[in-house]
Amino acid sequence: MSNYLVGQELPPQSFTINRELLIGYANASGDQNPIHQDEAFAKSVGLENVIAHGMFTMALAGRYASAIAGSSAVKEFSARFLKPVVVPAGVDVELIVSGKVVEILGSAIKLEITAMCGDIKVLGMSKAVVEVK
Amino acid sequence: MLSPDIVGRTFVGANSFPVTQESITEFCRAIGEPDFSVAPPTFSIKITLAESETLLKDSGLDWNRVVHGEQRFEINRPIIAGDSLRCSSTIEGARMVAGNEIVSVRSDLHHESELVASSWSTLVVRA
Repeated sequence: MSNYLVGQELPPQSFTINRELLIGYANASGDQNPIHQDEAFAKSVGLENVIAHGMFTMALAGRYASAIAGSSAVKEFSARFLKPVVVPAGVDVELIVSGKVVEILGSAIKLEITAMCGDIKVLGMSKAVVEVK
Repeated sequence: MLSPDIVGRTFVGANSFPVTQESITEFCRAIGEPDFSVAPPTFSIKITLAESETLLKDSGLDWNRVVHGEQRFEINRPIIAGDSLRCSSTIEGARMVAGNEIVSVRSDLHHESELVASSWSTLVVRA
C-alpha cells in the first residue's frame, strides 16, 4: 500500500546547470544546436545569452522523478517549456525542482513537478506518473 | 508555412537504433543520474528529435526557427542496453497561433514488435 497522500509535498532538490554541463548534454543527446553552447551565436539570433536545452532541464526534473523509485518506475512524464534557462559563462545556475502528489493511481502516484530558476518558473504543466510499489 | 495536408504524415525511419550501455552511461553522466542500469525517462529524445527533424524538414519546415514547446513521454518499459529501436513519427497536428506555427509530432519506438515508449513533441516555428 502506498504511503503517499494526495496533496503531499515532496522535498525539493537542487540541480546545477552550467556551460560545461550543456556541452556534455549536447554530446550525449546529439543536440548540437549552437544556441546551447556559443554565446555569440545565441546573441546573434536574439537571445540574451546561451540557453540550456529544454530537454536538459526536463532531464533534471526527470532525475527528481527517478529518485523516488528508480528510472524504471517512471511511466509517464511531461512538461511545457515556459521560459529558457539562461546560462552565462562561468556561472552555476541553480534549478530547484519540487513535487506534489496530485493523484493516487493504484500502485502509482501522479506528481505535479515544479522547476524554478530563482523566481522564474521554467517548466510548466509538468506531470510524472511513478510506480511506487 | 506547412500545408494542412501534412497532418497524418508518417515517417518510418529506415534504420533501427542499437542502444548500447555506453550510450546509456554517457546520457546518465551528462544529466548526473547515478543509476546506469536502465535509460533515464527522457533518453528516447536522443532518437526521436532527430527523426522529427527529418520528417519536418521533408515537409518544408524551417528547422532553424523551431523551438521546443512541450514534451510528453509514455514509457511501457525502460529502454535498456541491447534494444534495437525503430522509430516511427507522425505529424498529429499543425495549427497557427498568434503568427507562430505549432506542430505536434508523435513518435513510437518499437523493439521488434514491442512498443517500448511513445513520445509527443510540440514544436513551435517562430514567425
